[in-house]
Amino acid sequence: MLKQIEGSRAVAEAVALCRPEVICAYPITPQTHIVENLGEMVARGEVERCEFINVESEFAALSVAIGASAAGARAYTATASQGLLFMAEAVYNASGLGLPIVMTVGNRAIGAPINIWNDQQDSLSMRDAGWIQLYAETNQEALDLHIQAFRLAEELSVPVMVCVDGFILTHAYERVDMPSQDQVDAFVPPYEPRQVLDPAEPISIGAMVGPEAFTEVRYLAHYKQMQALRLLPELSEEFAERFGRDSGGLVRSYRTEGAETVVVALGSVNGTIKDVVDELREEGMPIGSVSLCSFRPFPMRALHKALLHAKRVVVIEKSLALGIGGIVSTNVRLALSGIHVHGHTVIAGLGGRAITRASLRDLFFQAHKGALPHVTFLDLNQKVVHREIERLERQRRSGPTAENILRDLGIVADHIA
Amino acid sequence: MFQVRIHGRGGQGVVTAAELLSVAAFLEGRHSQAFPSFGSERMGAPVMAFCRIDDKEIRLREPVMHPDALIIQDPGLLHQVNLFEGLSENGLVLINSSRTLAELGLDELAGEDCKCLGCTVPATDLALKHVGRPVPNAALLGGFAAVSDRIRLESVEAAIRDRFPAKVAEGNVKAARAAFDVAKSGRCQEALPC
Repeated sequence: MLKQIEGSRAVAEAVALCRPEVICAYPITPQTHIVENLGEMVARGEVERCEFINVESEFAALSVAIGASAAGARAYTATASQGLLFMAEAVYNASGLGLPIVMTVGNRAIGAPINIWNDQQDSLSMRDAGWIQLYAETNQEALDLHIQAFRLAEELSVPVMVCVDGFILTHAYERVDMPSQDQVDAFVPPYEPRQVLDPAEPISIGAMVGPEAFTEVRYLAHYKQMQALRLLPELSEEFAERFGRDSGGLVRSYRTEGAETVVVALGSVNGTIKDVVDELREEGMPIGSVSLCSFRPFPMRALHKALLHAKRVVVIEKSLALGIGGIVSTNVRLALSGIHVHGHTVIAGLGGRAITRASLRDLFFQAHKGALPHVTFLDLNQKVVHREIERLERQRRSGPTAENILRDLGIVADHIA
Repeated sequence: MFQVRIHGRGGQGVVTAAELLSVAAFLEGRHSQAFPSFGSERMGAPVMAFCRIDDKEIRLREPVMHPDALIIQDPGLLHQVNLFEGLSENGLVLINSSRTLAELGLDELAGEDCKCLGCTVPATDLALKHVGRPVPNAALLGGFAAVSDRIRLESVEAAIRDRFPAKVAEGNVKAARAAFDVAKSGRCQEALPC
């Protein structure tokens, strides 16, 4: 059924269709609307056999999900930004225990400085925590990925994070096709746990493991991720057959035939990139793009294949690995091994800075001419940066950088009256 | 693609207006996308929201930088924010005011070589009358339906009814209709003096 609704609403309805049994969450922008919607649905009795548990923190939210999942319930939570960091220990526990929890991350910057807007530093900081990470390009895909996520999580007994760009998707109203309960029921069978805490058949979960077995437990967690590399395309294909649209999978190429420049990105920015690729193709530039849907497991082989004929690869990422450059691009470089290609990292959209067509056009022209540096900060205000560096060099007590820059930009008053 | 930028202040229903417009376009079978500006939203602060309408899927995620239409919910912003930034050459400007464009001093504000169509609608007055609260958003969408061929009044009414409880919806629908009539009455067809 076609609907014009907010992204958060679409995700909430999709989660409800997956028949979760325990939902626990702590509100944090920009994810709040998702759990608010779910809370209302549960309160109205629209989600059968589901308990919504209010908790006091994100750490508790995921800990409750872990307990619920270990007791055999289909468990869901959602968070963002500092909330994800606050639950970090539980994030590792959920995957270490092999519990198939599904969690939405409404992608948002990490402080300090505090910032509520979109980038992907939060989920990427948890890239090695053992969760599968899927990134949605549109609200339709966000909705679809949640349905796939429950199936994938439970087949492998591994938790799945569905990453949805905060505000850009979570707060956007756009058309989505909401499947029926029957369709979702046929795709997501009832949860059959591999391990369950059952008083009738007591077991323990979460034993202390020493050096004699720790590597093996870890290896098996890695093995599951490798299995997901095979399962993700299969699920995406089955999803397409049942629901009539392409969503998910590992990577998606766009106009890469004959492309000398290939742009790689995660999430919603791929939409804007495709529009710019169309413009430049019309002007004769051989350019295409690849959207990475799965970041964990990292689709090394599929990406290698997609980039095989490129002369240069431009990774646009909403994250920053301080001291090296990019997080996504560092991973993409591995997929380029054995291919003679120029790799470029572009840090863009941090803390909600708009990634515009105009800036991308300029960037791609530079890349096409071979004039793009290895690492670029898109639309960086060089003057402001240089003035702060001068202040740092001029005086010892130069003050807090964030406040200095805001004052420089005229955003806060110079003095408190 | 038709792009609308809505300016107002936190608490005036700016984001809701963009969402309602997108629902109205959706009800006419079109693709549309509404989203808020990603600035600090708090009561009274200048805020923006955007709506794109097209016949095909909208992939673009940048803010609306070159609007085809502007809806200005608070004329006080005329002197605070560069409202006309990026407005297309034949753009449409709808302003919530009981005054005329000339009285608002728009000849000084709009850029050169502008062939824009301007229009004022006393949306706050109409909202106070029909809704009982100074929320000009729904009324302005009625006015927008009158001066733009992009959306029908019936679709705006349906979007309002879809969003609000019956009683609130009824008041807003009345305000939208009243604004539609004002806008159709002719006071809106003056070109921006620019």
